[in-house]
Amino acid sequence: MLLKDEVEMLRRITLFSGLPPAKLKLLAFTSDRVMYSAGENLFHQGDIGDAAYVILSGKADVLVSTPTGQLKVAEVEQNSIVGEIAILCNTPRTATIKTTTALEALRIRKDDFLKLLADFPEMAVEIMRVLADRLSQTTSELTEARSRAQRVEA
Amino acid sequence: MEPRLSRYIWTHTRKQQLWILLIVALSMIPYFMSFDLPKQIVNGPIQGQGFETPGTTQLFLPISFSLPFFGEVNLFSGIELGRQGTLLALSLVFLLLVIINGLFKFYINTYKGRLGERLLRRIRFELVDRVLRFPPHHLKRVKPAEISTMIKDEVEPMGGFTGDAFVQPALLGGQALTALIFILIQSFWLGLIAFVIVAVQALIIPRMRRRLLVLGRERQLTARELSGRVSEIVDGIGTIRGHDTSNYERADIAARLGRIFKIRYDIYQWKFLVKFLNNFLAQVTPFLFYSIGGYFALQGRLDIGQLVAVIGAYKDLPGPLKELIDWDQARQDVQVKYTQVVEQFSVEPLIDPKVQEVSIAPPAALSGALAAVNLAIADDGGAKLIEHVSLQVRPGETVAVTGGTGGGGEALAEAFGRLAWPVSGRIVVGDEDIHELPESVIGRRISYASSEVYTFQGSLGDNLLYGLKHAPLTEVVYEGDKAAHRRWELLEAKLAGNPSLDLNSDWIDYGAAGATGPEDLFGKIRAALDVVLLTNDILALAVRSTINSVEHEAFATEIVEMRAALRRRLEAEKLSDLVVFFEPGSYNIEATVGENLLFGTVTDRARWEAALESHPFFKTVLKRAGLHETFYEMGLEIAENVVELFRDLPPDHPFFQQLTFMTSEEIPAYEALLQKVRSRPLDEVSEEDAIRIIRLCFGYIEPRHRFGLLTEDLMQKIVEARREFSDGLPADLVGVIEHYQPNRYMASASILDNVLFGRIGHKHTDGSDKIRAIVRDLFESLGLYNKVLAFGLDFDVGAGGKRLTAGQRQKLNLARALIRISDFYIVNQPLLALDQRTQDQITRNVFAFLHDEDRNPAIVWVLSNPALSELFDRVVHFENGRLVHEETVEAPSKDSDYKELAS
Repeated sequence: MLLKDEVEMLRRITLFSGLPPAKLKLLAFTSDRVMYSAGENLFHQGDIGDAAYVILSGKADVLVSTPTGQLKVAEVEQNSIVGEIAILCNTPRTATIKTTTALEALRIRKDDFLKLLADFPEMAVEIMRVLADRLSQTTSELTEARSRAQRVEA
Repeated sequence: MEPRLSRYIWTHTRKQQLWILLIVALSMIPYFMSFDLPKQIVNGPIQGQGFETPGTTQLFLPISFSLPFFGEVNLFSGIELGRQGTLLALSLVFLLLVIINGLFKFYINTYKGRLGERLLRRIRFELVDRVLRFPPHHLKRVKPAEISTMIKDEVEPMGGFTGDAFVQPALLGGQALTALIFILIQSFWLGLIAFVIVAVQALIIPRMRRRLLVLGRERQLTARELSGRVSEIVDGIGTIRGHDTSNYERADIAARLGRIFKIRYDIYQWKFLVKFLNNFLAQVTPFLFYSIGGYFALQGRLDIGQLVAVIGAYKDLPGPLKELIDWDQARQDVQVKYTQVVEQFSVEPLIDPKVQEVSIAPPAALSGALAAVNLAIADDGGAKLIEHVSLQVRPGETVAVTGGTGGGGEALAEAFGRLAWPVSGRIVVGDEDIHELPESVIGRRISYASSEVYTFQGSLGDNLLYGLKHAPLTEVVYEGDKAAHRRWELLEAKLAGNPSLDLNSDWIDYGAAGATGPEDLFGKIRAALDVVLLTNDILALAVRSTINSVEHEAFATEIVEMRAALRRRLEAEKLSDLVVFFEPGSYNIEATVGENLLFGTVTDRARWEAALESHPFFKTVLKRAGLHETFYEMGLEIAENVVELFRDLPPDHPFFQQLTFMTSEEIPAYEALLQKVRSRPLDEVSEEDAIRIIRLCFGYIEPRHRFGLLTEDLMQKIVEARREFSDGLPADLVGVIEHYQPNRYMASASILDNVLFGRIGHKHTDGSDKIRAIVRDLFESLGLYNKVLAFGLDFDVGAGGKRLTAGQRQKLNLARALIRISDFYIVNQPLLALDQRTQDQITRNVFAFLHDEDRNPAIVWVLSNPALSELFDRVVHFENGRLVHEETVEAPSKDSDYKELAS
């Protein structure tokens, strides 16, 4: 897969879809292409986040460790980005990503990503919009879950 | 130290001073003889006195003198010589006197120089010795650069002065006095005039120079402060830039330099004013002689011959006098400097020299308990860090100290480590105060490690073993010239009051590390490094280093043999795609186009660049291989891509670090170049421009840059061109490229690159970690691990250990304490630079390590993570400088009270 194909891939991700192609190319150029075989971890819950991953091909599980063991909370596949939270704020990884098939990803380092945001504010605005979307979605889910919990208690 | 320099010099060089005085006095004899001789030559043989008639002979060198009671003693009756013979003989005597005078001067100067240098050596050593014995609170107050300036620069003039300290005044004073007495004899009144003027000079000039001394002292202080500030700037450059305070520093330095300038200018003004006055006084005396003496002569009270003699004798007076005044100036100057330095180094209480005495025998184990008795420690401001602390640590007991920052645990540990001295109370071992026991006992039987690390410049191994170097343990046997040199060294050291400890002796106390000698020390080193998890770091340093493959030929061969083992191993683990090996017959996709073409690496970049631009060899080979045009097209493509990607970025953008083809400054030039050559065929482009484009290809790696430029066909062509490059390489380019050869060690590449003999693929995120783990494992299984590790121990850690990370330095520091067998280990949050998980793991390792092999030392550990206290026998908790809680840990599960407290 060549640089220009990667740019195509990045464009399909909501976080980056609003950005001009030249910037996407730069982002792709400064990132590493990495490959994993099935059953490998992209990163581990609790680690310090240093990169986000754009999945170019393959599938992976999002796992959260609970007192009873690992719980699968979601699945990610082609055209999705994982690990972006940890590189935006300095929190440890909130989940483990484990591949289920052979997987190819673009590894975007934290420093590069933040530098790009600083240089191109339009990118930051776009990211903000996407994150706000997610927050409102999470909030509504939380409200729903609370009311459900109250109902159960009652 | 002696408060007066002259007394200090006299105390230490009395005998030599008297000797040199004697020699100077002796040297006066031939000196005055040589004054008289020219007159004899001129009057005698040349003008013919005593040779009035032709054929007259005279006795040459009759030696006879008359003694009372004996009468005339005739030792040598002399030789009869004619006029010409006498001329020749007298001239030869003159030559002889010149030589003798020269030799005297040579001897005196060398002797004085040596005397001065010895004294300088003595002072410097004494000062450093004092630094080694300073109390800890004083060392916090002084700036290292100022101390070193004092020792290095400020005492230097004292050495120069030493030789002249007593000889000069005796000699010059004598000369001046002689001249003065001569004048007095000739004419009392004129002598009196000369005496009065000399007295005025001797009184006024030094008084005026007193201000010069004050200024000199100020100059010394300001210069010392300047050097302190400069070193502060260097040390704190990160903070300065980080806070944008560089201009504040500029202002500060400029202000200081302004002050120094003013002081120095004042000094010049005074100096030359004094000089003017001095000269004037010296010149005014002849004026008085001429006018008053002339008046006397006219009156007939003084005969003209006397006047001429007085004026003649006066010529000899100002010279010595001026030099004498200069000497006095120098004396006061060095005295001021000396007082300054002595003041700075007279600190009370200095550690008693007995405490630091060399002791070769290993000290007996401490049998008593280490205890703090009603201890109080204060910081520099006098605020109490801990108060009323009484704690006993029995031998073999392990004590955890908790309470976090400000609790006081650190202060207690520092007191145990003798880094902080008690303001009241005592620290005892058994019933002896640790500050009174010799360091050869306390410093070896109690080991202290904290996160405040000092790493000395030198190799990693030296730093690790630093804690074992207490005393010169072996007697080095010197032979031949070396033995003579050693004897000289010992003699000189004794004469300058320096110790005679031999630095070449083996200082490493193997017994203190539990080893029997150099052979089994490595095992102990390895164990200590393993405990603090530093082994991998050191191995990583080792494999990245280059070694001299001639010196370590056997090792290099083993590394080359390892290449095949690595391949087998990778195949067995199905990780063959981790490394792409260099194969003479195929293209290495993970290496640059340049590496593939040359099948080697460039070892001399400057020559390579020059050859690429001007040497016809490359162009002809490329053309013959049909690559010239392809490379040009490829270079164009790369240039287009790079310019497009990086055009908008500011030149200092960090992304440029990832750009290997060109620098940020070259981007506009390439942009212009592209404008010029775009859509023009190659043969219309100038050769220079073509090369600038073609060279871009050499750094291209397809999987890294992903521009999609390499085709199967092109790779094939590049591989075919390899042979031409290696075989046809012209003689003037030999040595620029080191070729890859599967069965040879590449001297210019690191150990790891030599093992791999290929490039790690870009595809695996942790490819280099994986390969490092595999290589490490292979080293272990092939028995090479320790050899490689030994190369890592040779790694130069740089000034202050700056080439290591903070975490590595702290690990090294802990290992340095652990490698010594001690009775008490005082560990004061030693690994703050590491994450909690690693800290915990290392703490557990240290416990296991120290309780291994039936050893049972006591451990006092100031914990940053209270959860680890379950490892210890006892937990003491500090709050606000007081020991508030003490509890014996019985079983890990029963300490819920404590946990509550800790949380």
